[in-house]
Amino acid sequence: MLVAGIKSRPVYGGLSVDPNARRHLFALEGEGALALTEEAARSGADFLKNADILYVASGSRAADHDKALTALGADTFWLSPTVPVLLNRLNVMLGQAKMGTRLYVAVTEGFIGQAMQVALNHGIDHASIRCEHRGSAARRVQCVHCKGVTDNVTTSPYVCTHCGLSLLVRDHYSRRIGAFQGVNIDAEEPGTAPQPEELFP
Amino acid sequence: MNINFRNETFRDDYTFRNSPETIRRFPFPFHEDKYMYSVNMEPHVPAGPAGHAYNNPIDVDEHYVAEMRDRALVLKEDPLRYQALPHMMAAQWDTLELLMESQAAAYPEHFSLTKDGDRWHWVNRPLGIDQTFTFGDASTLPMEPLEFITRQAQGDFCIVDQRDGNLWMDAGMVTTQADWSLDFDVGMNFFEWHGPVPLAHEIGVFERALKFLLNLQQGKPVRRLNWTMTINPRLDTSPENYHKWGPDRATVTPENVGDKVHLRCELQSLWRLPRSNAILFVIRCYLIKMEELVTIPKWGRRFHRVLRDLPPELIDYKGLTRYRPATVEWLSKFDDGKPTTPGIYPD
Repeated sequence: MLVAGIKSRPVYGGLSVDPNARRHLFALEGEGALALTEEAARSGADFLKNADILYVASGSRAADHDKALTALGADTFWLSPTVPVLLNRLNVMLGQAKMGTRLYVAVTEGFIGQAMQVALNHGIDHASIRCEHRGSAARRVQCVHCKGVTDNVTTSPYVCTHCGLSLLVRDHYSRRIGAFQGVNIDAEEPGTAPQPEELFP
Repeated sequence: MNINFRNETFRDDYTFRNSPETIRRFPFPFHEDKYMYSVNMEPHVPAGPAGHAYNNPIDVDEHYVAEMRDRALVLKEDPLRYQALPHMMAAQWDTLELLMESQAAAYPEHFSLTKDGDRWHWVNRPLGIDQTFTFGDASTLPMEPLEFITRQAQGDFCIVDQRDGNLWMDAGMVTTQADWSLDFDVGMNFFEWHGPVPLAHEIGVFERALKFLLNLQQGKPVRRLNWTMTINPRLDTSPENYHKWGPDRATVTPENVGDKVHLRCELQSLWRLPRSNAILFVIRCYLIKMEELVTIPKWGRRFHRVLRDLPPELIDYKGLTRYRPATVEWLSKFDDGKPTTPGIYPD
């Protein structure tokens, strides 16, 4: 049922450090910490003296990734309690950022989408943001009918948490909204929605 | 040419009809007895027999007043159908100029535009609008220039910005669409907003179309026809309202095909805009009932063959699955197997 292979579906190139950047700004969530610690092990830790790390543990608090990030000794490290708080800080930092700053984002698609939205509002070209996606394939989805966004959608169809319609999750993705598109699956014969299938574990 | 504007609806009681003259001017989208995607673009110059939809660059027909009324209703329910990113203001003025000049030049009985430097006076008689404003000063209009003029022009309008070797959907007025969401697609590039279209990416249609459009020149607009089908003459077949119009697809019976099933043709024209270097993309929707279509014997024969032999991916993408068999069966009565003449015009 998944409408796949759509060209607006983002492709994430991975979190490789840009040696030419003068400042490195990392917005990381959960397992995204590993993307950075592994890259530091690979490329050397030199860049960290010019790096700011914003981190939110989300679902992987127990793994103590924040300790590993602290141990990297970046110029600044900041642990955020929640995603919205991190995004707010990211917004302020981008407002003060200087020419030559490179933004890196990891790890769930929903988080990447939201961080990218913040960046786009500062006029940053989406293609210049280095992203890495790991772990859960859960999606952030916008209901095309009521426009309500639901985070961490793992099934298709899913029930819109705002208007209650049963929605097919398409691969069509909007960077501006930071979400995939959900379309009513049983519009033509109401009441015939199939059972949800776990497509984005 | 005085147009007799019909008083009709595109929702609820669906009183929309085409007069016999309007049937003959319908931009029938099939030049041969089969269909597949192609970059079927040609110069948008006056063409066709007298009265045809190709006669004027911006076509106004008997449905004008009713379509503008329907647009106003859609916007009342859902203001997100009109969007313009902040950097598109120059392109908005470009569009206002193009539409006012085109409509006034082709239909002087209905529209007039007089200019005294930047001071412009626009009169739209069918809609009873008389507006004096300063070109380039948005505070002298009751709303943004793109919204103002596209509430007075038939068709959907998208303005695409050109940068980084791509085209970006950065503004639009979209209330008569074939199931795509402007709100979702605003800000996307050419490949992204066409993402959901099947087959065409693989055969390279979009690469070629983009290359062509990036070189579009001012004063040399181009056009192409696209098509789908709609149950009931509903202009607003948006994804936003799919849960409202989707059930109509299950209401087609052999008895009501002629009245309920409509061929929906899009006359798409693309215009390079002079100040902004953006491209205006006009998607003008024309509807015709099956019983109206078969009054032109060539079209009845040809559409039967096109629909019967359509590739499965297109049947699915265009949402025809439920009612195609009944429609093909109904149309078969109007196909005597005789050869058809080339081209889109009636014999």
